[in-house]
Amino acid sequence: MAFVKGLICRECGREYPAEALNVCDYCFGPLEVVYDYDTISDVISRERISQGPLSIWRYQDLLPANGDDPVDIMAGYTPLIKARNLGKSLGLRNLYIKNDSVNPSFSFKDRVVSVAATKAMEFEFDTLACASTGNLACSVAAHAARAGIRAVVFIPWDLERGKVIGAAIYGPTMVSVEGTYDEVNRLCSEVADNYPWAFVNINMRPYYAEGSKTLGYEVAEQLGWRIPDHVVIPSASGAMFTKIWKGFNELACLGLLDGVEAASFGPDQNTVHHPAVTTKMHMAQAVGCAPIVTAWANGQPHVSPVRPDTIAKSLAIGNPADGIYAIRVLKESGGSAYAVPEADVIDGIKLLAETEGIFTETAGGVTVSALKNLADSGAIKPDELTVVYITGNGLKTQEAVEDVVNPLSIKPSMGAFEDVISQRISVGG
Amino acid sequence: MGTQRVKFTFMTQMVKEPIIYQLGQNFNLVTNIRRADVREDMGWVVLELDGDDTEIQRGLDWVSAIGVRVDPLSGDVIEG
Repeated sequence: MAFVKGLICRECGREYPAEALNVCDYCFGPLEVVYDYDTISDVISRERISQGPLSIWRYQDLLPANGDDPVDIMAGYTPLIKARNLGKSLGLRNLYIKNDSVNPSFSFKDRVVSVAATKAMEFEFDTLACASTGNLACSVAAHAARAGIRAVVFIPWDLERGKVIGAAIYGPTMVSVEGTYDEVNRLCSEVADNYPWAFVNINMRPYYAEGSKTLGYEVAEQLGWRIPDHVVIPSASGAMFTKIWKGFNELACLGLLDGVEAASFGPDQNTVHHPAVTTKMHMAQAVGCAPIVTAWANGQPHVSPVRPDTIAKSLAIGNPADGIYAIRVLKESGGSAYAVPEADVIDGIKLLAETEGIFTETAGGVTVSALKNLADSGAIKPDELTVVYITGNGLKTQEAVEDVVNPLSIKPSMGAFEDVISQRISVGG
Repeated sequence: MGTQRVKFTFMTQMVKEPIIYQLGQNFNLVTNIRRADVREDMGWVVLELDGDDTEIQRGLDWVSAIGVRVDPLSGDVIEG
């Protein structure tokens, strides 16, 4: 069962029942889940978690949907890899990669959509929907297929073929919208207001966003119930960034981290900060869409929207719903925010592939390049425990790195092979 | 008749303009501000617009045309 008391407005504190709502009727602020942490603390333990499934649902006590029969395509429990080669090239001796590119639909979105889809089934919706330029569409279509309900996916008309196929294969109703980014955005908001569907990141958003907390839980569990000194995280809406922080703090307050005393969650569950959580949260955005980094750098109290123009399309949210809350986490954690030059995005993808054998999408290139900047600047010391989050798979953005294809072309003879191979590599005797 | 919830973002040069007043006067719309933060350099307002659907659309087109950014209440709903 889910230990949810209801929803609460993040701005004015008004309370609502746990229904398919995302906005406070009074002040139009965003709604967040309120948990019954007293009961959770009675039942949860490391042992109970370890006996759960090898998916996000091992943390079901801390998720806002009923984990007894979840819509589960086995999202989560992805590898945490010691990155010796990448670490060596950056001068970091204690670097780990959380490789979320190996989720069932190849991105971290499976975590949030699994929670949203499970909640949608609880609410008896018959349709799961979203508007997406890639990863979210794939995940929504895949989870709807698993749940046996209808999927309606809105995509921009000029979406790359690979991404269209990656979502279409699961059999959703796909609506290709001709128009500017803003027009597509506006239409989808109107549709969400007018159709009784579960839009995962609109009316399901309070529940959906909570799925990202599992990125924090898993890293802590995989490190032996410790949390890192630093994490480097890509950001679009800012929601994942805030939820990983929340995940670390929940574990601390519940006494699940090694050597950390349990503590009260205090009056506001969504801003709780346990003093033992000293992880520095570092945010990565691409220069072509960096509204949160810009606000942070300029000390602005709010985030000015921008029109995205970046090759990191999965991070292209110009008006981030959780931007202001992400800035609070940056402040609270003593972290930093870095906008990666567009040209460095591809370098980041290649660096990760060539050092660790992991092919990430453009968002991962942003994250690795931001990590490099943090290492070069000395913000991360060589022995500090650092985790970099890789959230999507490179097969989705192959067009960004097409220039790597440069084979040795030869006729089918040994002589031809020997002529060219000596120019490319030195062959030992 | 219809209702629409939107967020306006004003840059520096627009902060002093009585845009919401003009929206109500010129397009026969009822404007209902729910939350706002207006400073010297920029500001935002979330509000509800009540009126004829065509008038709401005309009003929003005018607001956009004079340089105010208009967004759905939930921010960008298209995700990667």
